[in-house]
Amino acid sequence: MSDFSVIGKRVPKLDALDKATGRAQYGHDLDLPGTLVGKILYANVPHARIVNIDTSRAEKVRGVKAVLTGKHSGAHKFGYGGDNTPLKGDKVRCRRDEIAAVAAMDDDAADEALELIRVEYEELPPLFSAEAALAPGAPLVHQDRADNLFLRYNYAHGDAERAFDEADEIIEQEFFLPYVTHAAMETSFALAAFDLQNRLTLWSTTQIPFLLQRDLSEALGIPGRDIRVIQPVIGGAFGRGLDVYPFEPICALLAKYSGKPVRIAFTREEEFFATAARQPAHVKMRSAAKRDGTLWAREAHALLDAGAYISWGAVTPLVMMETVASLYRVPHAKFVADVVYTNNIPTGAMRGYGNPQSTFFVETQMDILAEKLGMDPVEFRLRNANVPNSETPQGLKITSCGLRECITEVAERIGWERRAGPNSETRLANTTPPQETLQIQTRNPKIKRGIGIACTLNVGGGARIYRSDGCGATVKVDDFGRVTLISGSTEIGQGSETALAQIVAETLGVRVDDVTVINSDTSVKPWDVGTHASRTTFIAGNAAWIAANEVREKILDHAAQMLNVPANQLEMRDRQVRVRGDGKGVAFDKVVRAMHYREDGIVVSGTGWYDPPTKLVDKHTYKGNISAAYGFGAQAVEVEVDTETGQVRVLKIVAAHDVGRAINPMYVEGQIEGGAQMGVGYALTEELQVREGRVLNPTLLDYRMPTALDMPPIESVIVETADPAGPFGAKGVGEMGGNPTAAAIANAVYNAIGIRLNHLPMTGERVLRALQEKERSAAQA
Amino acid sequence: MPRYHISLTVNGDLHELNVDARQTLMQVLRQDLELHGTHEGCGSGDCGACTVLMNNEPVPSCLVLAADAHKSAIVTVEGLVQNGEPHAVQKAIVAHGGIQCGYCTPGIVISSVALLQENPHPNEQEVREAIAGNLCRCTGYQKIVDAIVAVGHE
Ligand code: FES
Ligand code: FES
Repeated sequence: MSDFSVIGKRVPKLDALDKATGRAQYGHDLDLPGTLVGKILYANVPHARIVNIDTSRAEKVRGVKAVLTGKHSGAHKFGYGGDNTPLKGDKVRCRRDEIAAVAAMDDDAADEALELIRVEYEELPPLFSAEAALAPGAPLVHQDRADNLFLRYNYAHGDAERAFDEADEIIEQEFFLPYVTHAAMETSFALAAFDLQNRLTLWSTTQIPFLLQRDLSEALGIPGRDIRVIQPVIGGAFGRGLDVYPFEPICALLAKYSGKPVRIAFTREEEFFATAARQPAHVKMRSAAKRDGTLWAREAHALLDAGAYISWGAVTPLVMMETVASLYRVPHAKFVADVVYTNNIPTGAMRGYGNPQSTFFVETQMDILAEKLGMDPVEFRLRNANVPNSETPQGLKITSCGLRECITEVAERIGWERRAGPNSETRLANTTPPQETLQIQTRNPKIKRGIGIACTLNVGGGARIYRSDGCGATVKVDDFGRVTLISGSTEIGQGSETALAQIVAETLGVRVDDVTVINSDTSVKPWDVGTHASRTTFIAGNAAWIAANEVREKILDHAAQMLNVPANQLEMRDRQVRVRGDGKGVAFDKVVRAMHYREDGIVVSGTGWYDPPTKLVDKHTYKGNISAAYGFGAQAVEVEVDTETGQVRVLKIVAAHDVGRAINPMYVEGQIEGGAQMGVGYALTEELQVREGRVLNPTLLDYRMPTALDMPPIESVIVETADPAGPFGAKGVGEMGGNPTAAAIANAVYNAIGIRLNHLPMTGERVLRALQEKERSAAQA
Repeated sequence: MPRYHISLTVNGDLHELNVDARQTLMQVLRQDLELHGTHEGCGSGDCGACTVLMNNEPVPSCLVLAADAHKSAIVTVEGLVQNGEPHAVQKAIVAHGGIQCGYCTPGIVISSVALLQENPHPNEQEVREAIAGNLCRCTGYQKIVDAIVAVGHE
């Protein structure tokens, strides 16, 4: 199996050198001749009726070419909930509502015009929490609905009610999860231009070019065939680009009305309030186990604040329930989630898609149950872990599954045996050699150390949340042996195009840098549903593999004639087609030329289409096999807590993930490590503070993401289980790395100081308050 | 709005420019000189994506007024490629997989080059300190740090 020439190799990304030398062209670098600056006026009132908008003075500013309001954008609704319009005509539902937009020759003119627009509002009572929005008699966010509940998910297997009566140990808690946001380093961008036939080209930082084509068609009321979406190099996305945003059709409308290309580049502040953060959640949950260590039942109720408009983020409960019902074998489970409209900022999908949230509450309770049972948390997890070739009661068909290997790996590498048990007086001894380079204070008795673990399950073979989970690919070869892969999939920085090039190169026996990947233009590439659900390597990889195999067969057939041996005795390697074990062969490009330069010549190309054998979940039971493969992982962390300041510091992360097979271990590790970094932020510092519908900390200074100094060394361990359905055995890895980190850190914090914080992030302030609380109640007792 | 006449050397080339009083060095580099390798991530000094060398010191170019850059020598990420050969830091960060979306990369490369000028063999902690002002949302920093430490060992 290790006979691969490119699969499993640490090949640098195809575009890495361009990026390292400043040559890569991002959206922000683009301009067309005569491009105007587009800017948006936001409502900044949370809930109101629009009485009047006066744009007359703005229109007179020199250099202003278009001033638009709701009356220009028409009544075409768009978005996952079909509840949004580009510019709002009659009503404001949140502070970030787009009220007017201008296109001008420069920033100054655009700014001046925005300032001169006068809007008269009649304010309505606002709803700033899901609880308030569900209260009887609450005002409606959307008048055409009966209430503010967008959707209730209601999942159950077994009989959770009764099961809790039969259980020996039960834990019941509430969890509070904050708004967090993608904060990609490049802010959102669009550039729109119409040609004289009224056809639109939109350059965008989207992750879903084909769905965007459809969404724009809905929002603008023009046919999808007249819309072309091009993706420049994208400076990070993490789920941000999974939805159409109002600024994209607004950009197109400005281009239409001004007759010029228009670009909208978000400021960092806009990026914070006008993209779609991960929704905050309030979760009530209980879990139960039998005395023998069998996980027995679980029940959770999540209340999710969707904000004023519904995005794909509304679908995240589907993923939350997977972790609740299927991360471990649990005979009884119930999960209810209410997705609620409020007058807060609209929320959306972010890496993990509900999974970091549910992994946090599920894995916290796994730890607590283990303690109640007097079992080691590792042993309790191993005992209840999913196993290969099983089907969960939810209908997930688990084929390859390395969960147990992952747990064992991380426990061993973190030095689990050093971990003090519960109630132990001598918590983790400070005798372990700390990472020397980090110069950690270890002799200070005010500093407590702890170790924690958490696991994850994540879709790894696509996720059917849309009618198609498919992707198309074309491979063609030219006379000189250059191979071109045209893939429907989208590169957002994660490195998928390099993995796809490796799959094609391996199949055709050429080098990775012989392969060009074209994947950024809807007028060139075949359909793909988009980059989400860790699906690209698996789905687009299978499509590319099918296409490359068609080429391979054509070439082998022809080479067999040239060499006068049966095709099944030939191999393709080192840019050669060779007789296996013999060495006689012919150059790859020579075969291609021979196929072209003849009377009955053929195009040396192949096409591939892959849509996995999965189903949309049942509309009522939410059961069904949503993915063709599942990824697993475990992370163990060591932390120290300064009991004087409450500061938690992560000293080390060991992350083991079952990825089927690593097409490129370097970027598999990159996904794990980058995910873990987001997990550290989620655990300790990141919170988009939204008060009365307003984002209070829209800067990179106040929204605290981990820096290089905050991040500990990360040891990534790749567990390979060679998935039967994956290309060369690969499963997806894009999201998993961030799922268990916060839970593992919380479990380690408990191990260090004996305190459970069910409210993320675990800031120094919160930890300190909890420590003081604990001291007070100890003193009273 | 007052305008200033400035001259500055960028990647070895002398430029004479007429700039607006509010214009930042970042804007001059990106817009007037079309050196797009210097990225804007925030415009307020918080992310480090726009870091350049100004008289050999790493600075966030979004916080430097173009007028204040008069007579200075600037090196951007493009200027580190000499005779078609990328800088050792650029090669290392490529080889170690320290680049994903790459938006932070130019700033990190510049900060690292500045570090190595002062301290040719930094340890992991020193590298982390030197790039602490450069936010990266993709990589978890591990492979970036590995790359820079490795350059010091070359
Ligand atoms: S753009 Fe200069 S520091 Fe962020
Ligand atoms: S590689 Fe994307 S921000 Fe660093």
